[in-house]
Amino acid sequence: MSARRPLPRWADIALLPAINLAMAFLVSGLVVLMVGENPLHAIQVILYGAFGYGEGLGYTLYYATNFIFTGLAVAVAAHAGLFNIGGDGQAYVAGLGAVVVALALDQTHWLLAMPLAVIAAGAVGGFWAFIPGWLQAKRGSHVVITTIMFNFIAAALMVYMVNRVLKPATTMAPESATIAVGGRVPQLRQFFSFFGYSPVNLSIVIAILALIGVYILVWHTKFGYAMRVLGANPTASRYAGISNSKMIMITMTISGALAGMVAINEVMGVQNRLVLDYVAGAGFVGIAVALMGRNHPIGIMLAALLFGALYQGGQELQFVIPGITREMIVVIQALVILFTGAMEGLFRPSLERAFMLFSPEQKTEAIAVSTAKSES
Amino acid sequence: MNTQRPGTAAASAPASGWAIELEKINKRFGAVHANKDIDLKVARGTIHGIVGENGAGKSTLMSILYGFYTADSGTIRVNGAPHAITDSRHALALGIGMVHQHFMLVDNFSVLENIILGVEDSGFIKPSLDRARKELDRLEAEYDLEVDPDAIIEDISVGQQQRVEILKALYRGAETLILDEPTGVLTPKEADDLFRVLETLRAQGKTVILITHKLREIMAITDTVSVMRQGEMVATLKTAETSPEQLAELMVGRRVLLRVDKTAANPGQTLLEVQNLVVNDDMGVTRVKGVSFSIRAGEIVGIAGVSGNGQSELLEAISGMRDQKAGQVLLKGTALSLEGDDGAARARAAGLAHVPEDRQRMGLVTSFSEWENAILGYQNSPQYGSGPFLDIGAAKKAAAEHIKLFDVRPANINLKTSLFSGGNQQKIVLAREMERDPDVLVIGQPTRGVDIGAIEFIHNEIIKMRDEGKAILLVSVELDEIRALADRILVMFDGSIVGEADPATATEGELGLMMAGIGKKEAAE
Repeated sequence: MSARRPLPRWADIALLPAINLAMAFLVSGLVVLMVGENPLHAIQVILYGAFGYGEGLGYTLYYATNFIFTGLAVAVAAHAGLFNIGGDGQAYVAGLGAVVVALALDQTHWLLAMPLAVIAAGAVGGFWAFIPGWLQAKRGSHVVITTIMFNFIAAALMVYMVNRVLKPATTMAPESATIAVGGRVPQLRQFFSFFGYSPVNLSIVIAILALIGVYILVWHTKFGYAMRVLGANPTASRYAGISNSKMIMITMTISGALAGMVAINEVMGVQNRLVLDYVAGAGFVGIAVALMGRNHPIGIMLAALLFGALYQGGQELQFVIPGITREMIVVIQALVILFTGAMEGLFRPSLERAFMLFSPEQKTEAIAVSTAKSES
Repeated sequence: MNTQRPGTAAASAPASGWAIELEKINKRFGAVHANKDIDLKVARGTIHGIVGENGAGKSTLMSILYGFYTADSGTIRVNGAPHAITDSRHALALGIGMVHQHFMLVDNFSVLENIILGVEDSGFIKPSLDRARKELDRLEAEYDLEVDPDAIIEDISVGQQQRVEILKALYRGAETLILDEPTGVLTPKEADDLFRVLETLRAQGKTVILITHKLREIMAITDTVSVMRQGEMVATLKTAETSPEQLAELMVGRRVLLRVDKTAANPGQTLLEVQNLVVNDDMGVTRVKGVSFSIRAGEIVGIAGVSGNGQSELLEAISGMRDQKAGQVLLKGTALSLEGDDGAARARAAGLAHVPEDRQRMGLVTSFSEWENAILGYQNSPQYGSGPFLDIGAAKKAAAEHIKLFDVRPANINLKTSLFSGGNQQKIVLAREMERDPDVLVIGQPTRGVDIGAIEFIHNEIIKMRDEGKAILLVSVELDEIRALADRILVMFDGSIVGEADPATATEGELGLMMAGIGKKEAAE
């Protein structure tokens, strides 16, 4: 038993993640070394590929857009003490809302189609998360179990919907009809040629608005306050007259709606049609993003950028260094998730001890403790 | 700190010798110096009390003696010989036994099985049980400790369970018994029985160390008393030569008024009425069985009872935290609708404030800052922002006011609530609930785990509210507190109100009998 002091806030949200990340890269470097490549060269390639030129940066931002949405979805639920691991499924079914609106309005203008599609995708994604929320609030089925099961239901449902309902009779591929220009979200490259052929699009503006919106929701509204009370102490929230069951259902709906925004980016911004499995695991990366970003919008933005860079830089790495295969990239990404997510607290105790020794006002105390121990 | 040591008694060795001698014991937990240079000598064959506020270091000291912790420095002598006690097995071998506040018994084992647990003679249980049964007969006769050796623990009363704990220690050859807050869970009658047992133990030459915060018990049973404050031993006195007032002053470090000054109640119209309330607990067991009573303006009604007789469920149902199975709660003649999991919000809106029994589990979100807790339960009030938005400035302003009015320390609204002491946390809850000017205030265990200095303040605030014409329902397991504050006492036993008493005339004995479910069964009201 020892009364360690908690870390200063800046160390908790910046230094600790940085150390974790450094460790992940260190171990990744060893792996690269083992396959006989130069780790420093690999890092250089990743950094250049992710940030070094317009098109690379565009890809990084495109991936980051998805991760911001799924990261926020996990974070909002986490503030209410709910672990929504169904972001993948929610983002996937939300594609139905997006594609229906986009196809219906693709002869009009994106200024009309995009806001309506946002609402439709949010509604469908929200509904997909509301059901697990309702099941937990009213029937006591834990959302961790139900949301992950809903991922599988979503996958089956989408295969059916794409093949039997959305696929035009004239195509062979399992995909919906192509959305005409009026129903597409404009690419940033239309405004800034700097971004080359990268698919980054105006969805990133929605992502930025979502970051700001979640910040306001969680810390500046009565609803956000109630949500945090529920997350921190469900007995106290009942004492405070907060309806836990309503809060769970509403929070899950908001969380699902945020995950559903992935559909805007993918369906209307990149693919221009509904294809199978377009979410590609972004929902699960969102868990790591939220964890690393400490459920705070700024942290989520930075973590999403990091993972976006890893995705894009990783692709680049395969091209430039043939010795590093696609599987190697997955290993590196997994190491980052492992160190920043699963083993996030690994260095906390030693960092706390270090802070006790090096911070001036705590140094005397720390010395007194160690002398008292050595006396006995 | 200027440490006063009035009459450091028993300095010269007694005829019977010292059972326990602690010298210059130091223990630190990180930055907290829990025990500073503690000296303590306990004479053999005496009852030695140790008093002090929460966090004064009593439990740490006893844990060191019993081998749970190792002291950073200092010497422990048992029967004159120095020992480095490394674990509780070692302490037991030296004849030191401990009866914990929370019993360490296996509920579905018999008394006998619990007693031999861990000290069986061999792999086969039968011979151990037979030997233990003989030994137990002898111990029970010698110390007048009657317990049926074949009874199952969960079937016997808490007082009996405590006896089993004592027998367990004696069976293991304890010469010195440490009892940590032994009366917290007992009725007054059971406490008296315990004291008789302790006296018998003393008469048989055993040594008893009694840790408690109840000064009355110290005065009643101990020979010598040591007072701890903030990790230091501030005085050791002969009980006969001291007074509760002096002990309280030593514990707190300043003069404390132990009695509550209050004028006679001047009750007005009925504000709160509870009719035939039936409440189940989380397991579906009926814990409140048709309770009715009413409280008028300017009146404090106290509900006395041993913990676990339905008081908690009653409080939670009245305040809207728990569904009621039958009956109703009327505020100013209007029935409160408390169904659903947001019943507490409607109770508050109607003017019923609630200070819960367990502030850390219910009344506060300890991971929140002080100001965030200052609006808990009132977060939807227009005072804290219009529309969906939270007016953080208004909340912080209210928090700062609460802190000033209730003298919360440290006066920092941005500090995490878990970092405040128990007394200050309780003040945060009280300030929040009292400052909204409710008609009815429902309070559970207002001073549990609160320092003596803060108790005085809290009691005065409750009386002040009464004098402002509020109706107050007070539930406490501290009989002294109920008797000091309440204008009427209702006694609750097994989910029913079994009697009503006037605090001015009722004796502790009468109340104790009612709390045990024996005695006159008057209908309340």
